[in-house]
Amino acid sequence: MIELLLILCIVAAIIAIESKNLLSSIISLGGVGFSLAIIMLFLSAPDVAFVQILVEVVMLIILIRATINRDVTEVKCKREFFGMIFGMALVTVLLGILLMGIQTLPEFGTALVNASAESVPAKYYIENGLAQTGSANIVTGVLLDYRAYDTLGEATVLFTAIIGAIAILRKKKTNE
Amino acid sequence: MNVPIIYTLCMILFSVGIYGIVTKKNVVKIILSILIMENALNLFILMIGYRKDGIAPIVQPGMDAAGFAASSVDPLTQAMVLTSIVIGLSMIALMVAIAIRLYERFGTFDISEIKDLKE
Repeated sequence: MIELLLILCIVAAIIAIESKNLLSSIISLGGVGFSLAIIMLFLSAPDVAFVQILVEVVMLIILIRATINRDVTEVKCKREFFGMIFGMALVTVLLGILLMGIQTLPEFGTALVNASAESVPAKYYIENGLAQTGSANIVTGVLLDYRAYDTLGEATVLFTAIIGAIAILRKKKTNE
Repeated sequence: MNVPIIYTLCMILFSVGIYGIVTKKNVVKIILSILIMENALNLFILMIGYRKDGIAPIVQPGMDAAGFAASSVDPLTQAMVLTSIVIGLSMIALMVAIAIRLYERFGTFDISEIKDLKE
């Protein structure tokens, strides 16, 4: 089931990259994000799936705002043959390296939680999370209690990015 | 070669993103490719933390601690991916702001035309 949804993701991603119309490629990207949310539900990660759906909606709104008011939503089909060959070669080499890399991973479905080592942090969180943080949802317990500094850093990054976007988009009063 | 097919598909999704970044000239297309790569990475990290037939890391009433610890999936990867998704959103907002500015300045999204128009 997860494999089928992943193939749907890949097809939607290829359509999004190769489509001539910018608006339709943005909507195809929505196909990637939402099928990814369903995969996350299959991987028993409901919190992440909720956040993924929310972020995907906001992201589509931002991206459509960037393109809908512009005159040209069509991409000119001036593709360079040499560049495409070079890109294909690069991607093939990279894919080979990645496939060599994932062979060293444990098999799918045998998580790090299963490891016999006592020092795996995820194991500690699962065993002691409810007693120590009082949160029935261990993910929020990790986010807001064990790794609260991480969440603080996340909020800082969000704040900085929004400040940057406002500074870039602000209309200057003075004429050049 | 003994390659798990589910990781392979994830890596193919990542490679599609790389291909878009390398070959496309449109700024919006490049932003979309970065998004695809980010989604593939998030999914890969989630897959590493998955346990076969695992339940979501939420303690339900009437569930003993030992049984929960034996069947829950990894909560740490989920927390990290949650952070990463939200940071990705802010990154997209910043990139789109820059793209809108580029369009107002040069009247096009095409990178090679922008390079020619620069004085």
